[in-house]
Amino acid sequence: MTARFKLLRTTAFRLSLLYVLLFGGVSATALIYAYLSADALFSRQLRDAIAAEVAGLSDRYAEGGEDRLIETIAERSAAPGAALYLLIGADGARLAGNFRSVSPEVMQATGRVQFIYRRPGANGFEERMALVQVKSWPGGQRLIVGRDIEERRTLAEVMRGAFLACFAALTAAGVGVGLFVGRRLLQRIDDLSDESRAILGGDLRGRIPLRGGGDEIDRLTASLNGMFERIERLVASLREVSDNIAHDLRTPLNRLRNRAEAALHGADASQHRDALEAVIEEADDLIRTFDALLSIARLEAGEGGGRFALVNVADIVRNAADFYEPLAEANGLSIVIHAPDRADALGEPQLLAQAIANLIDNALKYGHGVVTLSVNLADGGIEVSVADRGPGVPEHERARAVKRFVRLEASRSKPGSGLGLSLAAAVASLHGGALRLEDNAPGLRAVLAIRAAGVEEAKAECGSSSG
Amino acid sequence: MRVLIIEDDEKTAGYLAKALRENGHAADVAHDGEAGVDLGAAGGYDVMIVDRMLPRLNGLDVIARLRDAGAKTPALILSALGTVDDKVQGLKAGGDDYLAKPFAISELIARVEALGRRAAPEEAASRYCVGDLVLDRLTHKVTRRGEPIPLQPREYRLLEYLMKHAGQVVTRTMLLENVWDYHFDPQTNVIDVHISRLRAKIDKQYDTPLLHTIRGAGYMIGDGAV
Repeated sequence: MTARFKLLRTTAFRLSLLYVLLFGGVSATALIYAYLSADALFSRQLRDAIAAEVAGLSDRYAEGGEDRLIETIAERSAAPGAALYLLIGADGARLAGNFRSVSPEVMQATGRVQFIYRRPGANGFEERMALVQVKSWPGGQRLIVGRDIEERRTLAEVMRGAFLACFAALTAAGVGVGLFVGRRLLQRIDDLSDESRAILGGDLRGRIPLRGGGDEIDRLTASLNGMFERIERLVASLREVSDNIAHDLRTPLNRLRNRAEAALHGADASQHRDALEAVIEEADDLIRTFDALLSIARLEAGEGGGRFALVNVADIVRNAADFYEPLAEANGLSIVIHAPDRADALGEPQLLAQAIANLIDNALKYGHGVVTLSVNLADGGIEVSVADRGPGVPEHERARAVKRFVRLEASRSKPGSGLGLSLAAAVASLHGGALRLEDNAPGLRAVLAIRAAGVEEAKAECGSSSG
Repeated sequence: MRVLIIEDDEKTAGYLAKALRENGHAADVAHDGEAGVDLGAAGGYDVMIVDRMLPRLNGLDVIARLRDAGAKTPALILSALGTVDDKVQGLKAGGDDYLAKPFAISELIARVEALGRRAAPEEAASRYCVGDLVLDRLTHKVTRRGEPIPLQPREYRLLEYLMKHAGQVVTRTMLLENVWDYHFDPQTNVIDVHISRLRAKIDKQYDTPLLHTIRGAGYMIGDGAV
């Protein structure tokens, strides 16, 4: 498709054209109607005036015969104005009037006639339009009474010309504006497509600049940018998972292989057995890690939100505390809970429980003394915080600690995959929130913030479960 | 117990059948969905193991057809899809239990045996007895040798589940799912701590231990030798 053809097909251009046609049509109709009405009125007045004059002159003729008629006509012809008279005798001779000559067709006509006549003007003879009425008497005389309507004709022509000029200007302006707007729009849309193509074909971090001051194209651009952001995130998460698999799963796989090899070289049956058990344990760990990685990737891609239900987060926290309490006691710690009776959220209970369990698990691993679980209702949100009295995480390490497989120096000696916080963060973000790591002075406070269920959501949920 | 295995992968099916036979069960194998429906409809099985993805007719449809035909045989769904969503879908389709691949064979055997037991009528018993340990399901009282043992609600539910499956191996995952309703894997083995607490209450002061750890599999309550 050529550029020009594309321009003619833009919505802006088509709309302008349609507007021009519509506006032109309506104004033409209005003007023509006004002109015709005025013309009809004027013509009728003219015809009435001529008819009255003819009647008056007929009366004169009836009163005083031909002489009186000639006298009157001569008198009136002399007066200035647009009135035209011609009286012709029975023999065809001109008896009186200001008409020089009249073509025979006009003379032979009866009733009203419109024709062009010549009369002397500033630059010799000029042709003018006349409207006349012809009256004949039984004696053979013929009287022509009329008006010069040249002015009117000129006026009509001027008006027609003006109207045509206006219409042409309007059309030109409309088409011009249409083309301009269309081209501007087309230009921006073309830029938009070019830039998106460039982004998709190259660096996904690129964004299209907004430049319309918040117009509809800017809104479109903003949605496109949002899409790019999501694509970028998905691609990054995919890349991270494959990097993780490449780097972090190779090590345990290698360990597995070494153990199997050692089993092969084992001296007796009991050594074989031990080695094989170790191999199975290693494989189970790998499977667990793999599962965790997959579920994090799925959560980050926004999956798993299909079975959201109204859940009481406070109950989930209480159950998790109940679950971990023996472990805490065995490790010489205690768990304290501060939670309201209800803290409703729309969520996936298993995921929330898993995220909270991961946080408690961490706190029990690294903390000592008391682990405090609290559930707080903040405006529109629910915050579950798990605070320990352990060494904490230095501020500059906090962002990194949430990343997959990152195990801070202090934690390397403890068991764990390095995925617990990543999973909790992914769960939080799936629930419209985030995971924050804060200073518990001393210790670490992990805050899982999620969106609370609004009243409407809670109602809808109740309605759907009872219905 | 007679077990029907509906699994298209011949290696897996053969391995499952061998493991079941070694554990004293009879096993038949169907390699596609339609063959599975035919065998299952003929009846006589205590448990069926159904792979979710099968040629001709997928696992969920196999179960749905058998249920439509009136077969009540409990079904364990095997699947490579392990998310909670997939699990819920499988259980909704008429499965009685769900196990994601890859799995430990001890886990599968334990679950199959638990399912076979579930089909037996003694489920509704109002009290469970193992040796001199008695759990009264109406009063929620537990006694051993007639002496009352005070238990926390969670400990009671844990013991109840173990005693319901007395003589059978119960895995950690089964306990997590059935006692705590946790369908995920807590990183640390918290279950072991719960078990040792329970053991301290019901076994410590008595000569005969009833709650046994089965290495590489899970736990079992019973008064016989392990």
